[in-house]
Amino acid sequence: MNFYVLSLIKAALVAVVLLTLCAYLVWIERKVLGHIQLRPGPYRVGPHGLLQPLSDLIKLLTKEGVIPANVNTFLYLLAPFLAVLLALTSIVVIPFGPEVEVFGVRTNLGLTDLDIGILFILAISSLGVYGIAIGGWASNNKYSLLGGLRSSAQMISYELPLALAIAAPLLIVNSLSFREMVMGQQGYWFGILPKWNIFAAPFPQIFSFLIFLIAAFAETNRIPFDLPEAESELVAGFHTEYSSMMFAAFFMAEYANIATICFVATSLFLGGWTPLWPAQYGSDFVPPILLGGAGLMLLYHASQALRTRKWDRYSFPVLGVVFLGLAALFLVPALKPVLVPLFWFAAKSGILIFTFVWIRGTLPRFRYDQLMRFAWTFLFPISVVNLLITGLLVALT
Amino acid sequence: MSETQAGSAVELEGVSGKVETPQPRRMTLNMGPQHPSTHGVLRILLELDGETIVNARPDIGYLHTGIEKQAEALNWHQVTTLTDRMDYLSNLANNLAYALSVEKLLGIEIPPKAQWLRVMLTELSRINSHVVWLGTHALDLGAMTVFFYTFREREEILRLFEMFSGQRLMTSYIRIGGVSMEPPRGWEKAVGKFISEFDAKVDEYEDLLNANPIFMQRVKGVGRVPVETLLDLGVTGPMIRAGGLKWDIRKSEPYSSYEKFDFEVPVYYESDVWARYRVRMEEMRQSRRIVQQAMDGMPEGRWVADAPKAVLPDREKMKTQMEALIYHFKIVTEGVRVPPGEAYVPVESPRGEIGFYVVSDGTSKPYRVYMRTPSFGNLQALVPLFEGSLVADSIASLGSMDFVLGDVDR
Repeated sequence: MNFYVLSLIKAALVAVVLLTLCAYLVWIERKVLGHIQLRPGPYRVGPHGLLQPLSDLIKLLTKEGVIPANVNTFLYLLAPFLAVLLALTSIVVIPFGPEVEVFGVRTNLGLTDLDIGILFILAISSLGVYGIAIGGWASNNKYSLLGGLRSSAQMISYELPLALAIAAPLLIVNSLSFREMVMGQQGYWFGILPKWNIFAAPFPQIFSFLIFLIAAFAETNRIPFDLPEAESELVAGFHTEYSSMMFAAFFMAEYANIATICFVATSLFLGGWTPLWPAQYGSDFVPPILLGGAGLMLLYHASQALRTRKWDRYSFPVLGVVFLGLAALFLVPALKPVLVPLFWFAAKSGILIFTFVWIRGTLPRFRYDQLMRFAWTFLFPISVVNLLITGLLVALT
Repeated sequence: MSETQAGSAVELEGVSGKVETPQPRRMTLNMGPQHPSTHGVLRILLELDGETIVNARPDIGYLHTGIEKQAEALNWHQVTTLTDRMDYLSNLANNLAYALSVEKLLGIEIPPKAQWLRVMLTELSRINSHVVWLGTHALDLGAMTVFFYTFREREEILRLFEMFSGQRLMTSYIRIGGVSMEPPRGWEKAVGKFISEFDAKVDEYEDLLNANPIFMQRVKGVGRVPVETLLDLGVTGPMIRAGGLKWDIRKSEPYSSYEKFDFEVPVYYESDVWARYRVRMEEMRQSRRIVQQAMDGMPEGRWVADAPKAVLPDREKMKTQMEALIYHFKIVTEGVRVPPGEAYVPVESPRGEIGFYVVSDGTSKPYRVYMRTPSFGNLQALVPLFEGSLVADSIASLGSMDFVLGDVDR
């Protein structure tokens, strides 16, 4: 098939999936936080609040976009656009699965495979600070300004440990391309333990992984590093003055960043689409068993729905059938080579995303100077030492 | 932030006192009245050098309701309802302070059952106030979940209040001469259930916060002010107990039979946010002990004093006895006549010393009700707590002061 047509189809598919994912990340976050905090979370719009993202979108679209007096209009409007653009751009280099053949077309699961993919990600995420800094500066509001300043300092500081944490697995796999990075993590130790970078041979990259995760929290401005938008101090930080779709753009950029950084962590450290144990021990049957089990559980609970939750009587069977259908899809031989890698990739990223929400429900916020001290006196030295040990061991073997 | 932002030389309007013109490199930040962590409608003008606060000026009065003046237009019994509305987190302590002062003027003896009920309910309202403080304080520091856990306990206490008085917030349960109603059926079971589970809940909060290095970094050594300074400013309650001064009116000038209860007054010496946090956590446990004792040793008898001129008679008696009907008519139509004089009985509220200085000219309406509220005193510590600290620390300090703006402005 024509390269351009194929690329367009893939780009459209990824864009649709990613944007839906961002919208539903908000739902997932609110649901998980709700259950951590002894409340049900969104529940009104659609069954179990499933249509909440749609209603939020309609609400934000129909609101008036206020541009305050005396702002630099060009920069004020550019900032949210820039933020969301950069957040969505980095997705292009992420590989979601191996090279597969669908309907007679051989293609990679993933948009493109830059041989400097990792550098590209670093470059784009460094540019991400501009959206926030410009937004904070252009708003002509002191809270926004403080938020923008804080985030510039924070994101630049945490970029260093982030980059150093990424550099360590690079030494082992010896490639800057994401696809080759994942290919380098194929195979199993003793036939059972995956050769992921966190279990890599000369020096397990578990420390790099933890450093990367901590820095990722800071890069995406999440609790405990959410100082740019610390609501108890700076009202809403850099987006205090933004409303309507401009606010939605910042909001979406944040969630797109979370998704991207979890994808990157999965590819770099958790072996991308590689299953947890080899296929000959039946790892291919994990997705149908999980989804089928979920479907059966929903069907079972539908028969004893609570009287106070009367919609469950209708939503549970429908969702149950949907889950069973998904499970059946994994058993179709033509789709299996596509879906199983995607499942493993999604499962690993999903666990990381859940961790992001979980941490938000647990930890308080750092103070600004403590945050900087943590970056420069703790995280940075450890990542340097980690890199040196990795380099030494790689050189020796 | 090398230069002052354009337009930052704002007018510091509406604030009395001398305010210097902002120096170059400094930024004036108007925090509040609509700010998520000023706990109500407090406005603070901050002069910042970077993120360090050089100057802080609180501006109060956004919640002014004129309660003090209003009290002069109502009769003695009606003022009780106003006291609920000052400090809406510890309304029963306010009720009690007002009732004690007026009872001193009237010279009535309160039966033990009423006293025990008063102790039990004010301690429950202390727990109520402290859990709300803990939740909002943790929320300010970014720990969202504690807030929801504490509100679960608050809900239980409010349900108990509703059981006793029919109201969740504006209870007005403690009245002049006793309490307004007989305790409801099954109250021992409801209170007992709450009390038996509460210690585990406090442990749960401490698990979430004490073991958390980020929380400890945010509170330890933050907002440290010597206790002498606090005393000079008229600060009372947990804030001075966290500075090492063992001053608790329940112990030093016992009222309402507090001398018959066995409890400790927690004291810490650091006088920082961490010490204030520990004082209040420990007070919650002590309050639980007091409630337990009050419940176990609840005396039998009437819940109102035998003072027909001041206390409304029973419904039953009013319908059957001529004398009771006359008293009822007199109290309802013209109110209680309180002998001329003045009285002040302080009470240890969750926030500190609360007292009502009541002056009577012998009529059925107070001549003056001056309210000495702990929040107003505690808020005076804002300037020494804020100046020289970081913006982020100021949020922690603000939370540790635990004031209610309705109590400040009244």
